[in-house]
Order: sequence, then C-alpha cells, then structure tokens
Amino acid sequence: MFTAINRRSLQQFLLPFQIRFQSTLVRAEHHNNQLTPIAITAASKVGGEITCLEAGTNCAMVADQISKVQGVKKILVAQHDCYKGLLPGDFWKDESPFILGWDIFKQFNFTHFCAGASAFGKNLLPRLSAKLDVATLSDITEVKSQDTFVRTIYAGNALATVKCNEKVKVFTVRGTSFELAAVAGGRAATEQVASPSPVGMSEWLEQSLTKSYRPELTSAKVVVSGGRGLKSGENFKLLYDLTDKMGAAVGDTRAAVDAGYVPNDMQVGQTGKIVAPVKNPFAIMLAQLKTVVLIKEAIKLAFFRLVEYLEHQH
Amino acid sequence: MSRVLVGVKRVIDYAVKIRVKPDHSGVVTDGVKHSMNPFCEIAVEEAVKLKEKKLIKEVVAVSCGPTQVTETIRTALAMGCDRGIHVEVSGKDYEAMGPLQISKIFAALAKKEEASLIILGKQAIDDDCNQTGQMTAALLDWPQGTFASEVTIDGEKVKVVREIDGGLETIKISMPAVLTADLRLNTPRYATLPNIMKAKKKKIANMKPADLGVDMVSRVEVLRVDEPPTRLAGVKVETVDDLVAKLRANGTI
Repeated sequence: MFTAINRRSLQQFLLPFQIRFQSTLVRAEHHNNQLTPIAITAASKVGGEITCLEAGTNCAMVADQISKVQGVKKILVAQHDCYKGLLPGDFWKDESPFILGWDIFKQFNFTHFCAGASAFGKNLLPRLSAKLDVATLSDITEVKSQDTFVRTIYAGNALATVKCNEKVKVFTVRGTSFELAAVAGGRAATEQVASPSPVGMSEWLEQSLTKSYRPELTSAKVVVSGGRGLKSGENFKLLYDLTDKMGAAVGDTRAAVDAGYVPNDMQVGQTGKIVAPVKNPFAIMLAQLKTVVLIKEAIKLAFFRLVEYLEHQH
Repeated sequence: MSRVLVGVKRVIDYAVKIRVKPDHSGVVTDGVKHSMNPFCEIAVEEAVKLKEKKLIKEVVAVSCGPTQVTETIRTALAMGCDRGIHVEVSGKDYEAMGPLQISKIFAALAKKEEASLIILGKQAIDDDCNQTGQMTAALLDWPQGTFASEVTIDGEKVKVVREIDGGLETIKISMPAVLTADLRLNTPRYATLPNIMKAKKKKIANMKPADLGVDMVSRVEVLRVDEPPTRLAGVKVETVDDLVAKLRANGTI
C-alpha cells in the first residue's frame, strides 16, 4: 500500500538519521506599528516552521498583525517595561532583548534565526550569534537553500554566494530584496514568554526621530533620491511634493546630508541605509530597484513640472 | 586611567574599482592598492582624541592578517596610537577569517591587555559585515555602543549617541565597553611626516591566534563571487512629458 508521505511523517522517518526539520525564529520588523514582514518572507524561503519573537512594552497590536501573516506558526511575546523606548520593540533600556533571545534559544530548538537588517537587527543578531559560537550572515539578498545565501560585498559591486555550515544559521535580511509577506490567511498561536530581569549595563536615555508619514525607506516600492545638486533644503521640498504624489519614500546622498539639507536618517548608500548599492553620489544607481530615473539638468524645473503634471492627472 | 584597544583592518582602497576573478573564486587583490578601512581610521581618531583629552592613558592598535597588515598598524601609530599588536594570520586561515574569528582574538586581547574600551569601525568596506564589535562585546559580556556618532566619557560610563533608523538614539553604558564608529563620529587626521617618522620607533608585538587560545576554524564558505547583474541600457528622454509617458508604459506609475 502506498501512503502519502508529507513532510512531517518524512521527518519522523528520517529522525534516526539526525536530519533536522527547519525551524526559524524571526524577529519581525515594524515601523510605526505597521508590520513590514520582510524577514518572514526570507524565512519562508528557508522552509519549515516559522516562529516570531516580539518584545516590547505593548505588543498586542503588532502581535495581532503578525498572527495573520501567512506561514507564521507561533508568536512568542515578551511584554515588559524593561523594553521601554518610544517605539515598541525597537529600542531597549538595557541588554534585555539580547538576554531574552538567548533564553529562547536555549529553550527551543531553532535551526535558523533571522531579522531585518535594520539598526536593531544589525545590533542584536551578531551579539546573539557570537554567544552561540556561530557566524552571522549580514544583509542577505537571496535565500538559495536552507544553508546557502547570497549577499553583496564591496558596497554591492560584487555578489557572494555563501554556504553556512553552522549548527544554527543566523542572518539579517535586506528589506528591498524580498516581497512583503501577505498579512492575511495566517492563524498563529501566541505564547507569552518570561522576560529576563534587567542587567543594568546599558541605559537608554532618549531618541530624536524624524517623524514621517511616508513609506519606510528600506521597504518602499519607490524611492526618490536627491543629492547635493538640489542645492538647498528648500529644493528638497520639491522632492517631498513629488514623492507625496507618487506614494514614494525620500532618500538622499551622504553629500546632501553632510551639507545639511536633510537629516541623516534619510541617507541611502553603503554607509547609510542600504536600499540598494549606491556608488556615484551624483547619479542614482539603484541596482536592485526596478526602474531608475536619472534627472541631470534643470532638476528644479523637471521636478516642478512633474509635480504639476501629476497634480493635473489626479 | 585606562587602556583602549583599536582594531584596524587592511582593505582594498575605497577608491579602487574592484574586479571579480574570472574563475569566480573571489575579488582580485594582487597588485591592487590597499589602505586602512575608513571606519577604522575614524575609530583610531576617536581613541587618539580621548588620549589627547587625558581621558585614557594608552591606545593599542591591533590588526589580524599577513605581514602586509603591519603597514596598516604603522599608519595607526603615525596617527597617534602608542603601540601595536600584529596577530599573524595567513593563507587559508586569512581567506576564511571572518568577524567571529576576529572577535575571539579581540576578546582574548582585551582580557590580556586589561583594556577598558575597545573601539572598532562599524564595518569593513570589503565584506560589509558590521558584526565584529557586537560579537566582541558578546564574548566579553560587555555593553555595546554601535554606530556611534558621538562619544562622551562620563566617569565610569560612556554616553553614546547612535545613528539608528529614523534618527538618533542616546544611551549610557558602563565601562568596560565596545564601541563601533560610524561615519559622522569624527574626521580622521592625516599622519604628518614627523609623526610617521616617530611611528617607526614605536613597538609592534607579534603573536599568533594559538597564543591567545583562539581557534580560527570557519564554518562559512564562499561558493562563488559574481558581478552584480548588468542593468539594461538606459533610454534618454527629452521632456518631462516623455518621461511620464515612458514610466506609464513601463507600469511604474
């Protein structure tokens, strides 16, 4: 008799041969309480079970969104005051999220651990992986298999295909390289986890954030980037008008940031947010975005007319 | 009064246009200009400034790699570091060396040298990992102040302004600690000729990872290196109306 072998029963059959079923722990990104589930997409390409970890002072809304994402099996929620910061889950008061991650790892049997390559993900994941004595793969752009990934090196001027033979694969995910996971159709179970007591080595004092209703830079579908050629902060207003019409995010080059036209968090490029690799500060070469428009001459006039045109159309 | 360890990495110079080897095993490095990683220069500058403010006593520059890295250590000494440590790694070990191995070396050195601060660059411009500082802090169980754009020592604590998504964040961490330098932390000085001459007399100690009890085994292998996909040729348009029409046709707007 033939029986349909699904993944679960195949795994049980193979257990004596010590093949581990993929089980990924994901720290899902969110921006202003809006979920941007890119790391979840990357995790789903690894295959296997996905568990999300959410820590913060008020996790209910984000946890609810995550539970609806296709492919997420379970959410571990650690809600505690020790995670106080202006945005839930993103900023911490001390080493607690790290210690939490460590406790979770000892408790469950994850084979993979990933997060978006945000300031938080880049700050936390390597610390955790060093404790596990495994390497971290930063800013991956493609998942080829459960142990093979692609990432850029030399500011995007080369691509490296890397095989990770570690017992646990830890990686951060580049936001613009994966589609957002659908926030529908999922029905994940939520489980509360205990929060560790604060160690007191670090103290969070304050933040100064630029509030924006525009799409977050690293996951936007369209980015309009201005450089020093715009010549002043006032001219950047033209950029804002354009992007408002298009529903795009605004970026700028390091030169413009240094010249004081715009705040540092809008910087794109190797040393700013990696949207897609930028080499030439005066042209916009965003290799991984789908369409690139370079405007060289008469920038002011072109933007003004484009805004006018789009206003006319809508 | 304290001792600071600063890590410096020898990388292909930032202005060089890199080429992928025809056999796709890596990037061409032979005969190519190398220099100190720009973020490491910023780290050195910060350490030397702290010493000039008399907040720390000694700055030790550390680099891991083959003989050539001593040039990079000499540059750090010319910028104002007091002495250097060259951890010899060459051949296959050097090619496979990554943040995990380096962080183990730094953690061991920090204990040996009784350092109170380790300042590293945020990332190297070759592998773009952005991990070594965080990993070193984990191995030592020290707090980390990463992507630092401003550092102030306040008694036994360090106030760090960090560059994060969305703006800046200020944290206060206790020493000993690990800091990683971001671009806006400072503007590194040029080594002047008198300082370059003085640097020749400063000591660089030699050691091997085994002397520090560090295992250099790496479990990450690079299968191949490729050029990024070439973009299709561009289309030039003359007027804004043409541009909008093209974007419409393309499905972009």
